[in-house]
Amino acid sequence: MSLADAVLVCLWVGLTAYALLAGADFGAGAWDLVAGGAARGARQRDLIEHSIGPVWEANHVWLVFVLVVLWTGFPPAFAAIASTLYIPLTGVALGVIARGAAFAFRKNVEDLAQRRLYGAAFASSSVLTPFFLGTVAGAIASGRVPPGIAQGDVLGSWLNPTSLLAGVLAVGICGYLAAVYLCADATRAAQHDLADAFRRRALGAGLVIGAVALAGIAVLHADAPRLFAGLTGRALPVVVLSTVAGIASLGLLLGRRYRLSRITAALAVTAVLWAWALAQFPLLLVPTLSIDDAAAGRPTLQVMIIIMVVGAVLLVPSLGWLFWLFQQHPTGKASRTGH
Amino acid sequence: MTSLGFAQAAGPGDFVAARSQMAFSLGWHIIIACFGVGFPALVLFAEWRGIRTGEVAYRLLARRWARAMGVLFAVGAVSGTILSFEMGILWPGLMQRYGAVYGFPFALEGFAFFIEAIFLGIYLYGWDRLPPRVHLASGLPIVVAGVASAFFVVAANAWMNTPRGFRLVGGRVVDPDPWAAMFTPATGPETTHMILAAMMVTGFAAAAVYAVAMLRGRRDRYHQLGLLLPLTVAAVITPVQIVVGDWAARLVAADQPAKLAAMEGLYRTGAGVPIAIGGYYSGNTLHGALEIPYGLSLLVHLDPHGVVQGLDVVPVTLRPPVTLVHLAFDLMVGIGFALLALGGWLAWSWWRRRKMPATVWFLRAVAIAGVAATVAMEAGWVTTEVGRQPWIVYQLMTVREAINPAPGLRYGLYAVLVVYTLLTVATIAVLRRLARHPVPVAPQESDVEEYSVI
Ligand code: HDD
Ligand code: HEM
Ligand code: HEM
Repeated sequence: MSLADAVLVCLWVGLTAYALLAGADFGAGAWDLVAGGAARGARQRDLIEHSIGPVWEANHVWLVFVLVVLWTGFPPAFAAIASTLYIPLTGVALGVIARGAAFAFRKNVEDLAQRRLYGAAFASSSVLTPFFLGTVAGAIASGRVPPGIAQGDVLGSWLNPTSLLAGVLAVGICGYLAAVYLCADATRAAQHDLADAFRRRALGAGLVIGAVALAGIAVLHADAPRLFAGLTGRALPVVVLSTVAGIASLGLLLGRRYRLSRITAALAVTAVLWAWALAQFPLLLVPTLSIDDAAAGRPTLQVMIIIMVVGAVLLVPSLGWLFWLFQQHPTGKASRTGH
Repeated sequence: MTSLGFAQAAGPGDFVAARSQMAFSLGWHIIIACFGVGFPALVLFAEWRGIRTGEVAYRLLARRWARAMGVLFAVGAVSGTILSFEMGILWPGLMQRYGAVYGFPFALEGFAFFIEAIFLGIYLYGWDRLPPRVHLASGLPIVVAGVASAFFVVAANAWMNTPRGFRLVGGRVVDPDPWAAMFTPATGPETTHMILAAMMVTGFAAAAVYAVAMLRGRRDRYHQLGLLLPLTVAAVITPVQIVVGDWAARLVAADQPAKLAAMEGLYRTGAGVPIAIGGYYSGNTLHGALEIPYGLSLLVHLDPHGVVQGLDVVPVTLRPPVTLVHLAFDLMVGIGFALLALGGWLAWSWWRRRKMPATVWFLRAVAIAGVAATVAMEAGWVTTEVGRQPWIVYQLMTVREAINPAPGLRYGLYAVLVVYTLLTVATIAVLRRLARHPVPVAPQESDVEEYSVI
């Protein structure tokens, strides 16, 4: 494995973490949208707020991490992607703003109209942001981002069958992950009726993802033949792993084994991302820009590796503490103070 | 498509739009980011005093500040994220060529953000779950990471002013040296100046909130502490900031003479140059300025006959817009000295009477100081950034070479303006709500415990 490959692996680990952690935060926001009227949905919204409150900012930083590693480690790829896909990326950035700000504001206002307004902004941006991110992924994966600055079609690059498929899948996956995680959180907080509600949603979302993914086979075959060939060729075992893990997760959900369902769901999503990477290896921008051609000079890659190792030593225990602390009391019941 | 305006490649409108979008979103983020750098230390100090003395006023202050800090951090994090996108959306030419050189401090900044966000979650949500000392300790990484992130990102900006750490061969970067790129001549003064500015903005702004409340008649101990603690910090930093500003100016004179000439509105290179205050620049002269003879030569060279370079040696197309840079610089320096005077007033009164000045004029001045410090900070950035024009990387790449040529860029600006207008209104409304939440006249133990930080 070359130095550039190693940096890219770190980037992909970051992307995976973002999908699994922030993806679930977005999904939770989306469920907030359909939680029902102010009174009926209050408990669901509380659970969502308590589950994502302490962690969403840390989860969000994975996106920043992916960006800075991409632009430092693979500057031409970053420039090509950002310049061609500037429209969906602006959408992502504005969605991130609306989601985070509205979530933080909602907790701090009391009157119902304002809470509703922020709630609506929070929930709708939680759907739009992953959708735009999905279209970006679809654009890159289907080879619609040529190297160079703004060489691609600013609209067609992300408004195409593969991008739309990826956008819809991204929203669905976020929703599924969130619902599965929330089942476990609700159970730990002994709110079994809520767990049941999220279980129904998770099952629904899981079935939808399955159907979309099946239809996606035809879409990719027609629209992104190279990607299709990669996924059904070299990456096939990983694709199969993802499918099996996804089905297992649904089965475990049916049996109310929420913790295991959580792990298998995460595995399924991880496998999708790594299957994509494997399918287009060693290309960064299909069909012409290879990882090595896009990589920064050796000294830069070396310091990147060093700081990622040092950074991991600092981050892993810190993140561990954060998640451990709030898995103990997911609803904040341990605190003496309420709202 | 034509009707959308997407069919044509980027035109002059898009060029202006991209610069405006960058300036606007940065200028917005930086205000909030100041609190990310300066506020954690204040909150921790109040919490620590509260634990040490058990005094209710400190403990309530700590909680109420922490709640505001939570809101500000969320807004800071999301308004910072768009900046990362904009580096590529707006300036792909810059990133493509130089990302490998000066991306490194940004990458380090990414780790600092992780530490900040993780411990902020622990600190805020752990307030009533962790033992007091552990809780206090969990806030320390936020302080360190906040200052570190300011250092890293301003180091990246310093690189744009004094680029180092690579060689150019046929327009391609070879031998990138990320460490050398992080520690350029401008890094020292710029990062120090910014970190101090962030603490000044936080200190004066926090004090201003209590000054306003005191003007409305709330003169109890809680409000006095809320005013004095941040004000003292900011007032102590102000003289240091002026010395650092002088250091920065000397380095600008050495490394970016065109920027210094614009800051001073100086056209003709010469010896024994005066300092010019105010005025406007047109036709290669500065009109209506107040002059201090030999001042500039003295400041730059410590010699009244030192030679200072003017804009006459800079080709016309490579000159920055002078009036804006000159006035922005004067505004910053003027506010700096005004804030110094305010701090002096407080110190004098404290020395004579062990009290802050009793007149309402003092409270009024403190109330204004919050806004003034923010204006000085923004003016400083306008000096730095506009004074670098037309370069994005000083003397190596112009802004025009860096811009994204994709069509339709200006619609991004419109969208950003709409979203930020809403964000500004909402942020102010929520912060005002937090500030107005009534403070009991004589806070009790129970008032502290019932105030939730999250
Ligand atoms: C509270 C804010 C504040 C105050 C009171 C001052 N400054 Fe400042 N100044 C800044 C906040 C700031 C800043 C916003 O933080 C800048 C922008 C970039 C930077 O590094 O700091 C800045 C930039 C900046 C620069 C340009 C650096 C460059 O382009 O590389 C100079 C020469 C000075 N300052 C000098 C001064 C002097 C002589 C002051 C004396 C009163 C002063 N500043 C007060
Ligand atoms: C520390 C991090 C910063 C970085 C890396 C940075 C980077 C940039 C870049 C890439 C541009 C566009 C190219 C150019 O016009 O030169 C720009 C422009 C600009 N920035 Fe900054 N900036 C930083 C901080 C700030 C802050 C805090 C402000 C506050 C107001 C600011 C104000 C501006 C302005 C006014 C412009 C437009 C200049 C013009 O086009 O005339 N910058 N900056
Ligand atoms: C002088 C300029 C800047 C300073 C001092 C600064 C400082 C900070 C700080 C302290 C935060 C943490 C959140 C908060 O405290 O509210 C933050 C957030 C952020 N800033 Fe800035 N920033 C500056 C300019 C920039 C620029 C130019 C960029 C990108 C190019 C940037 C990118 C970010 C990002 C991505 C975040 C979000 C990180 C998170 O999720 O926690 N900042 N900034």
